[in-house]
Order: sequence, then C-alpha cells, then structure tokens
Amino acid sequence: MSLPTIGFRDELLSNLKAAYARMWVRIKGGNREATHFIAEVFLPVLTIGAYVILYRSLGLPSTLGSAVILGGAMIAFWMNVLWNMSAQWYWEKEMGNLEMYMVAPVSRMAILFGMSLGGMINTSIRALGILILGVYVFQVPFQLHDIFTASFIFLLTVVALYSLGMVFASLYMLYGREVWHTNQLLMEPVFFLSGSYFPSIYISAIPFWVQLAATAIPMTVGLDAIRRIAIYGGDISTVWLHIVALIAFILVLFPLARKALNFMESLGKKEGRLTLRWQ
Amino acid sequence: MKRDLSIETRSLRRLFKGVPGAGDVVALDSVDLSVEEGEIFGLLGPNGAGKTTLIKILATLLLPTSGEAYVKGLEVVKNAPKIRRLINLVSGGETPGYGILSVKENLWFFSQLYGLSRDGARDRIKQLTDQLGLDTYVDSRMSKLSTGYKQRLNLARGFINNPAVLFLDEPTLGLDVLSAKQLRTFIRSWMADGTKTVLLTTHYMAEADEMCNRVGIIDRGKVLACDTPQRLKMKLASRPSWKIEITPNIQDLDSVRTIQGIVGLSETSNIETGASTLKLVLEDESVMSSLLSKISQNGSKVLAMSKSEPTLEDVYISLVGRGLQ
Repeated sequence: MSLPTIGFRDELLSNLKAAYARMWVRIKGGNREATHFIAEVFLPVLTIGAYVILYRSLGLPSTLGSAVILGGAMIAFWMNVLWNMSAQWYWEKEMGNLEMYMVAPVSRMAILFGMSLGGMINTSIRALGILILGVYVFQVPFQLHDIFTASFIFLLTVVALYSLGMVFASLYMLYGREVWHTNQLLMEPVFFLSGSYFPSIYISAIPFWVQLAATAIPMTVGLDAIRRIAIYGGDISTVWLHIVALIAFILVLFPLARKALNFMESLGKKEGRLTLRWQ
Repeated sequence: MKRDLSIETRSLRRLFKGVPGAGDVVALDSVDLSVEEGEIFGLLGPNGAGKTTLIKILATLLLPTSGEAYVKGLEVVKNAPKIRRLINLVSGGETPGYGILSVKENLWFFSQLYGLSRDGARDRIKQLTDQLGLDTYVDSRMSKLSTGYKQRLNLARGFINNPAVLFLDEPTLGLDVLSAKQLRTFIRSWMADGTKTVLLTTHYMAEADEMCNRVGIIDRGKVLACDTPQRLKMKLASRPSWKIEITPNIQDLDSVRTIQGIVGLSETSNIETGASTLKLVLEDESVMSSLLSKISQNGSKVLAMSKSEPTLEDVYISLVGRGLQ
C-alpha cells in the first residue's frame, strides 16, 4: 500500500493556505453586512462620549478625553478577542464546523492564526473608525511625534491580545454554555483593570495591588504605552519597559496556546467531548 | 486477488462515562472489522448501537479505550495527521459552513483546508456543484438555502478533497427521495475507479441493500453479522418472514415477542388509520397459530397478512430482535 508523503514545504504551504482561507472568511463575513460595521463603530462612540462629557463637566484635563477615545478604540480588540476568538471553537462546535476542522489535515494553530489575522484586520478598521469619529466629534488633543513606536506598540499589543485569545480559545474548546458566563466574567473586570475609560496604573486612587494585577493584562500595558506616546508626546525611551513586557507576553502566550490546544484536543478525544454539542 | 484493506479494526473497544453510579457505557465492544479498498461498506444499527462512535474513532475524532483501528494501514492514534490527508467525513443532518458566505465561497474555503490549488479548487467546485444539483445556487448565501440544499453542500464538502476513504454517517438524512437517489448514483460513479472506499451508516435498509457491497449489523457495540446483503438474506431463507397488518395495535408487544419460535419482530404504526404492521421472522410456520391467537387475545383484528422473501430488514430484525422503527 503506497501512501503519499508530504514534505515540510508542502505542509507549511498547506497550513498557510488554511490560515489565509480562515482569515478571508472572517474578513468577508465581518464586512458583508454594512450594518455590522456601522453598529460596531457608532455604538462605542456613544459610551466614549459619556465619559468625555463627564470629564469635561468636572473640569478635568482634556487629555483624559483623548485617553478615553484611545481606550474605546482598544476595547474593540478585547471584545473581538473574547467573543470572536476565545469563544470561536464553541461557536464552531455549535454550528457543526469543529468536526470539519478536526478532520481536516491542517494544524489547528493555522486555523486559530487565520482567525486572529482576520480579527485583527477587521477590528483595526473598526478601531480606526472609532478613533477618527471620536476625535472628530469631541475634538480632543493628541501629541503624536513618534508614529513608528506608536505603531510598533499597537502591533505588539494586538498580537499579545490575540495570543491570549488563542490560549482562551484552546481552553474553551470543550466548553458548553459556560463560555457565555466566562466571557461575561472577563469582560467588565478587564474594562476596569485595563483602564479603558480612565488610566488605571500610576493613579494613586487605585490600590497598588490592583495596579499590579492590571499589568498582567496585555491591554493595560499596551494602552498605557500608546497613551504615553500619542497623548503626552513620549518616545521609545519612555515606553521601553512596556515593549519588553509586551514581547514577553507574546513569547509566553503563543507557545502556551499551542500547548493548551494540543492538551484540550487530546482530552476531548479521550473523554469523547471534542465535538459533543448542547453541553 | 485479495485487495488491500482500507479499514481494519481489531478488538476495538470504547467506553464512555455513564451517569454517576451507573458505571461505564460500552459503546463499542471488541469490534473486528475489515473493509477492502473499493468497497461500500454499510453499518446498520439502531440509535446508540455504536455506529457513530466507530466512525469517529476511524476519523481521528475519538480515541479508542482499547484495541486497534487502522485506516489505509495507518494506526488511528499514532498517525492521525497522516490519516486526515486521506479521509473526509460527512455527518447527515449537519450543515457545516458559514451562512453569510455563498455556496461557492464555502466550498472554496473547505478546499483550502485540503490545500487545493486555485485552479484545482475552481474545477472541483464546478464539478461537484453540477453533479450534486447545486449549480443554480452557487452564488446563493448558505443561510438562504433549504435544508436539503444545505445537506447537498455538506456532501459536496465531503468530496472536495477526493478522499481515499469517505465516512458517511447517515448521509441521506434530510434529503428527499430524488436527492437521495441522485446522491447514491453520484457515489457509485465516484467509486467507479475502484480506489475509493466508503463506510456508510444508515437507517434505510433499502439504501444499504442497494448500495453496499457488504453490510455489518451492529447492536449495543457488538457486530452481530457481517456479509454481503445477498448472503445475509440467503442465511435467512429457511426462516419465513411475515407481514401482518392488525388493528388496533397491540399495547404489550413484549408478550408477542416471548412466543417461542419468534426470532424477531418489528412494529410500524399508522397514525392515520390506527393500524399497525408487524414484521416477523419466525423459526418455522408452526408458530403462526400461537401468534394469531395472541393477536386475538389482545383484542386486535388481522386486516391482511402476507409471506415475503427475506429482506435486509428481516435479517436485521432476526439478529437484533427488533426493528429500527
């Protein structure tokens, strides 16, 4: 019985094709209905607006408004990581797609990678929309001198966030409806801890241990660094520690996602829960 | 000439955790099975018999508790990634894909999971959509398709990589009679070169009889019989098969089952007329008098009765002791 053999190059190509296809599905699916895009850009601006108006009415510095708009834009990534990355295997399982992925001869990491890329691109477009609309409507000040460092930190933050999303996706693989509750649990506390609507680190009103806990979230570190550069005119020398932390997040989370994925897949196959629905 | 084996299982066993205090559930119990290259092999059995468990193990979705399973000579636990390049799986009633994408886009996506080239994917999608009657819907969103067409899309997905071994778990579930017939014709033409193998589970006896080179009858995790439909029916030739239509139906069917000489019994009720059709496989004709008196004791009247040539359903009834209905 002669079986076809496949080399490393072909295997890599095959996985890249799968990742590209999954990314394409996400981008196509996310943008086919214009109403999705409009809702995802306009609705967050209403929340942001409430904070900006509150800060203005209290006579606080206008830079707080800038911080809120940046936070609101970054929240779009956290929401996407939670609902469209972490919970994705759960959705796929409920739709009957997980079985199809598990039978396909491609790495599950390639699929997750494709999902992540698609999510990053889709959400970046939405985040940009929120940023432009927010700045236009509320006329908040920015002092961006080092656009290269700002872009680099943004990229590192998004990669770290999606790496975390990949870890969650793997851990959620065998979940049933618990996905909803877990995501709810991770949503508001992270909004609070990451300082999306107000700076949560280096603020004396927030206890030190809460600030410390907040730095365990990649979004807190990334958001703080971006604010320092885009609002307060900082450069790489003011955020080098943030860069180190974000790289460390990626170096830990990406391999962890792979390990978690393999472990959960094996566990699912062993317990018979891999493609079991309505749990 | 002995052909290569596409599927082989040796003492395959799979247990699932049962409800607390009830012990483990045996889904597969020492299953030995061999399916040759070029065969359409049918697995027949009631719900919970172990058919899907067996397919899931062979499709690398589930680990066996003990025993061995091979697909194209590759052991399923150790060689899962290699096996996935050779197989595909279609579960009837499932509609995998993305509702917001069109039929063509969904199929293109599936083709990329198998590394098809751009031209290769385009040609394959055209061929499959034409052959499975999806050609007029290629640009329609999947969410707009009827259940039957979604099922056709699912089938097209299963053939997208032209697999060497295809697992079809109740593939005609949800298809109308004509679509099911088209599918059977398509599978036979697809298998014409003799290099493909299909493992099919179905509840439709006529479908298994028509399509399968061999069938295995499975119940409570055990394979009770395995042979060609013709040979299985021949083995039953000495046992008369009867169809008896009665009204009203018998409430306590088990009292009929216990009559000595009844090998198997199934009942199909007609809700509209209130009549029931009993299909019986008997040891010999002498049982008839006890059977008819039992029917009478139950207050039922015989509307019609006929003796028939054994069918695959009779084989099933005689082995499992009951019908699929």
